[in-house]
Amino acid sequence: MTALTQLDAGTLVARLTAGEVSAREVVDAHLARIAEIDGVVADGPVWAAAPADELGAEHTHAFLAVTAEAARAHADDIDIRRAAGEPLGPLAGVPLALKDVLTLRGVPTTCGSRILEGWVPPYDATVSQHLRRADVVVLGKTNMDEVAMGSSTENSAYGPSRNPWDLDRVPGGSSGGSATAVAGLLAPLAIGTDTGGSIRQPAALTGLVGAKPTYGTVSRYGLVAFASSLDQAGPFARTVEDAARLQAVIQAHDPRDSTSVPDPVPDLTAHLRDGVQGLRIGVVTELQGEGYEPGVAAAFAAALERFERLGATVVEVSLPHAPYGLPAYYLVAPSEASSNLARFDGVRYGLRVDAPTAEQMNAATRAAGFGPEVKRRIMIGTHALSSGYFDAYYLQASKVRTLIAEDFRAAFRSADVLVSPTSPAVAFGLGTKTADPLAMYLNDVATVPASLAGIPALSLPAGLAPAPDDSDTALPVGLQIMAPLLRDDLMFRVAWAFEQDLGFVPRPTGPRAVEVGR
Amino acid sequence: MTSTALLAEGWELVVGLEVHVELSTTTKMWCGCSTAFGDEPNTNVCPVCTGQPGALPVVNDRAIEDATLLGLALNGEIEPRCWFHRKNYFYPDLAKNYQISQYDVPLVHDGHLEVEVEQADGRLVTRRVGIERLHMEEDTGKSLHVGDTGRLHGADRSLIDYNRCGIPLLEIVSDPDIRDPETAQAYLRELQAIVRATGVSDARMEEGSIRCDANVSVRRLGAPLGTRCEIKNLNSVRSLGRAIAYEARRQVTVLTDGGEIRLETRHWDEGRGVTETLRVKESVTDYRYFPDPDLVAVVSAPERIEAIRARLPELPAAARARLVAAGLSATQAVTVVAGGSLEVLDAALAAGADASRAANWLTGDVTGHVASSGVALADCGLTGAHLAELDALLTEGTLSTKLAKQVLMALLDERGARGPRQLAQEEGLEQVSDEGELTRIVAQVVADNPGTVATVRGGNDKAIGALVGQVMKATRGQADPRKTNELLRAAILD
Ligand SMILES: [Zn+2]
Repeated sequence: MTALTQLDAGTLVARLTAGEVSAREVVDAHLARIAEIDGVVADGPVWAAAPADELGAEHTHAFLAVTAEAARAHADDIDIRRAAGEPLGPLAGVPLALKDVLTLRGVPTTCGSRILEGWVPPYDATVSQHLRRADVVVLGKTNMDEVAMGSSTENSAYGPSRNPWDLDRVPGGSSGGSATAVAGLLAPLAIGTDTGGSIRQPAALTGLVGAKPTYGTVSRYGLVAFASSLDQAGPFARTVEDAARLQAVIQAHDPRDSTSVPDPVPDLTAHLRDGVQGLRIGVVTELQGEGYEPGVAAAFAAALERFERLGATVVEVSLPHAPYGLPAYYLVAPSEASSNLARFDGVRYGLRVDAPTAEQMNAATRAAGFGPEVKRRIMIGTHALSSGYFDAYYLQASKVRTLIAEDFRAAFRSADVLVSPTSPAVAFGLGTKTADPLAMYLNDVATVPASLAGIPALSLPAGLAPAPDDSDTALPVGLQIMAPLLRDDLMFRVAWAFEQDLGFVPRPTGPRAVEVGR
Repeated sequence: MTSTALLAEGWELVVGLEVHVELSTTTKMWCGCSTAFGDEPNTNVCPVCTGQPGALPVVNDRAIEDATLLGLALNGEIEPRCWFHRKNYFYPDLAKNYQISQYDVPLVHDGHLEVEVEQADGRLVTRRVGIERLHMEEDTGKSLHVGDTGRLHGADRSLIDYNRCGIPLLEIVSDPDIRDPETAQAYLRELQAIVRATGVSDARMEEGSIRCDANVSVRRLGAPLGTRCEIKNLNSVRSLGRAIAYEARRQVTVLTDGGEIRLETRHWDEGRGVTETLRVKESVTDYRYFPDPDLVAVVSAPERIEAIRARLPELPAAARARLVAAGLSATQAVTVVAGGSLEVLDAALAAGADASRAANWLTGDVTGHVASSGVALADCGLTGAHLAELDALLTEGTLSTKLAKQVLMALLDERGARGPRQLAQEEGLEQVSDEGELTRIVAQVVADNPGTVATVRGGNDKAIGALVGQVMKATRGQADPRKTNELLRAAILD
């Protein structure tokens, strides 16, 4: 019999609804697997737990905190309500891993940083409220690059997460903990956040479906801001349908977020199975070629052939300003971050390093609380906003952003959706890129254009490719699908057709993969 | 005063004012917290206004409407589309370490005010002061330094109250059009009156709901603008005038002595009557302004602006013109409108009172009472109907001018518990004009003062005044003077 942890959310919902299994059993099975392979002890704030370097190299370290007690209580409550015949939410009893950048009232939120040590949020993020209303059971908070800055989860102050496909490799980032949780069968669903690719890139590196919804369709209220104009929460799942269902649960207009779009979002599942016959699939000239690993390029080429076989037309489109996307992103995002992170000053919450004056206390706290990558980006952003540099950096980057959005509008006149590899590389080894920030930033080259334009984009598995540094290890390759604003439904429809035809089973294999059995 | 003296010496004073007005919306600018004044520290706070991670601001529509209303009252242009920027600086009472404010595109621009300035000879002169911009921002919290000194330096620790953090604030920046302290004072008073008339704030300087900083510079007549100093801690209209006069004189003295004016912020010391250096602006602080990505553009469609314009109440200038037409002197009209007694006066006029007399009572006795008792006009129980009744008692001869004043003061003392007529009757303050009673007293006075009577009979008509005084004394001032005079003459001369 298949273990409960191997089932996708859709199957679990069916079994739960049929009464074949209880929510409590489902939650217990996942908690047991977390206890077995994740190395995180249940309940209690991460800053009080064992230092990260004490976690073994055999552990995935997807979670920063596991809220086992609350999860069991929630599952019991769902079982009782189900037995009483009460109406339940669409994902009732399905466990989920929540990125530790979204608040859950009463549960410590760290953002993978020391700066928030001791802070217990007094309120729920809107996303958390939607999850609760859907009767999703939150298992805990997942690891991430500090304040979502990074592409490998190695910038977490609490140690890296490890890719279930090969424990010596990174799961991508910044939502690496969420990706690890779903790929490692610790949870069937997870929520991540994507600023420049922080859902799509880890989804690609761990063989999952991960989606960044249209900017403004998922509330940012309670999402600790990295770059406000780009941040967007979205789903991780092992199937396209699961991802669509989870995104449908969290997206809604929110009066508490001024950037929340008032327009209704199309139904994400109604036309999921309509296929791609007759659709035009646009291949972005600028998002392929040099810099992309051969294995990635090969999987991408095969994906295009698959689309043609499925009856779609593959057309070449150009986003002339896409090459400027990465530099523009690395100015806009740090600029906003430099201001967003100013509130972490030791005055009201989180870490405080005492010093004689308020100013010295601020400085000492921030020096101790932030890691090197965060400090680097605060400095870049502060510089880019300084008078005398503002026009050349921030303003120029904003203009590039507008041009890229126009490029996309033009491209969508000749194609229904656009595709590219999600990441130029498959999962790389822990520590191999940490010394070179630019090499790390290049991971985002294909994902930032959609972020800058605010359009929906997802990554789904396109197959496996051999690791460039180890031909015995096969690793997942991600295919990115981008759709026009508010056409998240079309994005999922195209992804579903591709997924069904590919028949990819997201089960880690290989010498250093986590055990899938049980 | 000084400006005239300065002018005579060939100097010109140049002043621009920055006025902050705290809007009296019931909720804060970005969250639903109460704006109540004087509550226990940190009771009107939430994740948004304490800058908790993940919390987001949402614009208070009412604040935008109020700012628009005030902008229209100040004859300003409303920007059809404007933005909020972040002004980045670290300060503990600023919860997010940036203030949400407006930068390149303010909500209102190019307004102006016409103010009446009283000259040394009592004449009123109209001066126009341009308003460069009116923009929206948020207030900060309040630091409290605990320790022996009560100031930041030497304090053991600091406490912060975020109740005020996020209260909607308007900044109104005038053009440097002001040339004397009196115009500055008149501008601030007029602004205060307009703010109150529109109802967007109670504009109380003592509670900080209206605050004023002055940019002061001097120059030789016709020369380019001099270096300015920003004067802070101006807690009343009077301080504003004194501080500008002092600062102008100080700058002229420095320049005359061959010195230079530094660009700096100066603190007005009300007790000592001087300004002192607070901080020197060596370099312009870099606030790294950029558009706040958490907020969207504020769009003011023409229909919305017109709907708000329709809410404009009668503005002080119009009210003054109306009062002058009704018979008040220009000075009276200024005092009534600025003093906040327009509502009572209008009610008095509606109830039939004489405009000039009612205004006199309000600007004289009533204002004096408010000042000495500390009881606000709104709380002292006086209505327009009271004033009309008082006026009627005067006109019909029941009260003399002096008695009317006595009745008015008694009424204010008991906070309007009884109306003027009832008060006069029950307290025996009515004029004695009953002829029988008065004739008897007059006869008695004539009998008691044969010497004076003889003098009057001898042709010294003025001596009759002494006899009138005796009658008044006997009636405790309640005799009708005209009737007393008549009766005395009849008794002595006939
Ligand atoms: Zn609040």
